[in-house]
Amino acid sequence: MAISRKHLKALGIVGMNDRNINLITAYNPRHLFPLVDNKLRTKLLASEHGVATPALLGALHTQHDLKSLAEFLEPHAGFAMKPAKGSGGKGILVIASSRDEFFLKANGAELAIDDIRRHASNILAGLFSLGGKPDVTIVEELIRPDPAYKELSVEGVPDIRVIVYRGFPLMAMMRLSTRASDGKANLHQGAVGLGLALTDGSPVNAIQFDRNVREHPDTGADLMSVRIPHWTGLLEIAARAADATGLGYIGADMVIDRDKGPLLLELNARPGLAIQIANCAGLAPRLRAIDKLPPRCFRESPQQRVRRAIEILGEGQLNLKLRTGSD
Amino acid sequence: MRHTSTGVRRFSLFAIVGLLTTLGLGQAMHRHYVYGVPWVPGSEKFIWSIEARIEFTARGEPVTVKLRRPSDQAAFSVLDESGASPGYGLSFLQVGSQPTAQWSIREASGRQLLYYRVKLLQRDRDASDLDAAPPPPLRVPSWEEPYATAARTVLGQAVSLSADPFSLTRQLLQQFRAGDRAQNEQLLLDVAGEENLPRLIADMLQSRGIPAAVVYGLRLEDGRRRQKLKPLLRVWSGDDSEVFPIVAESTDPQLPLMLWQPTRGYVLEVNGGSRSNLSFSMLRSAITNYGQVASSLGETEDWLGFSIHALPIEEQAIFKTILLLPVGALVVCLLRILVGLRTSGTFMPVLIALAFIQTSLVTGLIGFLLVVAVGLMIRSYMSHLNLLLVARISAVIITVITIIAFFSIFSYRVGLTEGLKITFFPMIILSWTVERMSILWEEEGWKEVAVQGFGSLLTAVVAYLAMTNPLVRHLSFNFIGLQFVALALIMLLGSYTGYRLLELRRFSSLTDHAR
Repeated sequence: MAISRKHLKALGIVGMNDRNINLITAYNPRHLFPLVDNKLRTKLLASEHGVATPALLGALHTQHDLKSLAEFLEPHAGFAMKPAKGSGGKGILVIASSRDEFFLKANGAELAIDDIRRHASNILAGLFSLGGKPDVTIVEELIRPDPAYKELSVEGVPDIRVIVYRGFPLMAMMRLSTRASDGKANLHQGAVGLGLALTDGSPVNAIQFDRNVREHPDTGADLMSVRIPHWTGLLEIAARAADATGLGYIGADMVIDRDKGPLLLELNARPGLAIQIANCAGLAPRLRAIDKLPPRCFRESPQQRVRRAIEILGEGQLNLKLRTGSD
Repeated sequence: MRHTSTGVRRFSLFAIVGLLTTLGLGQAMHRHYVYGVPWVPGSEKFIWSIEARIEFTARGEPVTVKLRRPSDQAAFSVLDESGASPGYGLSFLQVGSQPTAQWSIREASGRQLLYYRVKLLQRDRDASDLDAAPPPPLRVPSWEEPYATAARTVLGQAVSLSADPFSLTRQLLQQFRAGDRAQNEQLLLDVAGEENLPRLIADMLQSRGIPAAVVYGLRLEDGRRRQKLKPLLRVWSGDDSEVFPIVAESTDPQLPLMLWQPTRGYVLEVNGGSRSNLSFSMLRSAITNYGQVASSLGETEDWLGFSIHALPIEEQAIFKTILLLPVGALVVCLLRILVGLRTSGTFMPVLIALAFIQTSLVTGLIGFLLVVAVGLMIRSYMSHLNLLLVARISAVIITVITIIAFFSIFSYRVGLTEGLKITFFPMIILSWTVERMSILWEEEGWKEVAVQGFGSLLTAVVAYLAMTNPLVRHLSFNFIGLQFVALALIMLLGSYTGYRLLELRRFSSLTDHAR
């Protein structure tokens, strides 16, 4: 099973080497990486730019802080514990509720306070951070997913990733955790990737482990009937977050909270390429379309850019060009 | 073009790559053509180990033995010489212009054996290409009658049938060939003795004012023993000279001829002994490593010819490994950028490959798998102990060392000395591998561990095969310029934006949409 280079080229698929050189190295200056590699800084930056994020319950900076962990967690029934410098969803522990002495994960697994403390200690020691550097443990408020998504996700909240290129939203997908992915929203761990049309967020195609699927593998929910509320709002958050960081090629990960609406979870300066499989479309034609825009467009407000992106990257337009280009 | 400066960047990259390649290849060619370092290990280059065995009977008085040593010639250069001679004082000296080995002892009696060994590098030039040795002074012979007349007659006939000293020599040899001899030739040979034919012809040539001498040479043939020096006739004409084999040679004239005594003079002189006998045995070895040669040649090198061989042997050995690292790095680049293999730790496979070089491949693979497997088991238990990161990795290091010690002792006990080689593994790297694999297992599951473990080992094996390839070793060690070429290649790879081989599989679900 393989696809020819010619076909990939015709589809405009961007490969790893191409991404690394022409997108990441070209548009993401190294010195800006800490802004997105440190979730604490990202949160701060986001709030400065009027982008909502899940509420911060607290941050643990030293092993000493862990002594009072039990008291600190006491008032919170559910929370998410994360490494500030983690990547790829590593080290994220989600506690949905607590019962007696135990903390319950979304899948019902029981954890004692010592298990939580060990996890926090590992985070501080740098187990999940890039290069094993000492890290900070952040504890966030639990996100309450829209009930409409209940059937779409196992043990986790579906998040929406939008690739933003030079300030313009380029491609989007929803990531649905599965039993195989252990509640994590990482595609390479087995989460489902649901490609979303940039125009209105309607489903285009869905994949798991880089293979096409139609239904959620665990719940059997029909993936093609998913509707995303607040669609342009989501795209705007992504565009605004990109502006805040100054990075030219990022993946903005967002969730929709039942009560608070769209929230920015984290930013990624090295977003993966599986989004192309989920959308059955390559990034290259869209990158070219953005590059052709006159310089003034890049100075427009986030709302204007989102509107423009929907207009020029809207489904019919590009696919048409793609077809004529490939034939 | 997604970025305005892309074109400029590309251009400067290609310029640097071009420059590096030119520089590297230039240096390599300079070394090849000026210093004669071969492109291929052992191609055309042989080292001859020749042993001269001197046997004689001593008479119980002071003994001095002088043996002509071979000197550098166009086709051969002397790399190394030594002598074995129990009880004798041995010195290498010049007697007149002749390099000589001289043995001496206050008193010796009975049968004596002396050895002289020399290592000669056969250059890739035509073995008969003689170096310019000055003609020896003329020694005009005086014959009594009727031999003087006979010699004149023979010479007169030969001169009339020839044009120059060399053709005259050939003509004389022709006339003295057994079966073709006329009366005069037979007469001359009868008085001189059949074995002295070269001397006779040399004398006849000298009587006509042509410098000539009997010289001694060896036909070199691998594995021959008890060989005698062959008397040869050397004739000069101005600065030119030619060597003529005398009558039917028993050995193949295609074999390289080495002149032991390239001009007139003694070969062996024994004072205080009798019944001396000189014989030779020889062995040929192809050079796999030009380094030995170059260092013993004591090349006087200019800055362009700069090479590792200028360093002491021990440092050279270190560089032999260091200079292979770029090859390993190149393999990693190829497999990651063009193929898309995932490895645990970017250059860990190269270090593992270096360990494989020490242990041999199969032993290394088994050892690596054993250590990592046992390390992973112990490490998975350790993860319950809730240790801080630095302490945990330190603990893993000690565990790995213990495992290695255990396997070494165990394999030694059961008689597998191969197992001792496990100590060649870089322990810190192994510990990090265990730690990383263990975290990977917890976070991504065993599949990812298998994928990355396989990728790492495959890369290590490919790097090992590349780094143990004799040609690669030869080139990397002897042509430092090629390091620039490797650098240029890696830079080119670093700017490759095409698809990786494994991406063709990864994106294969898009096949249906390609049309």
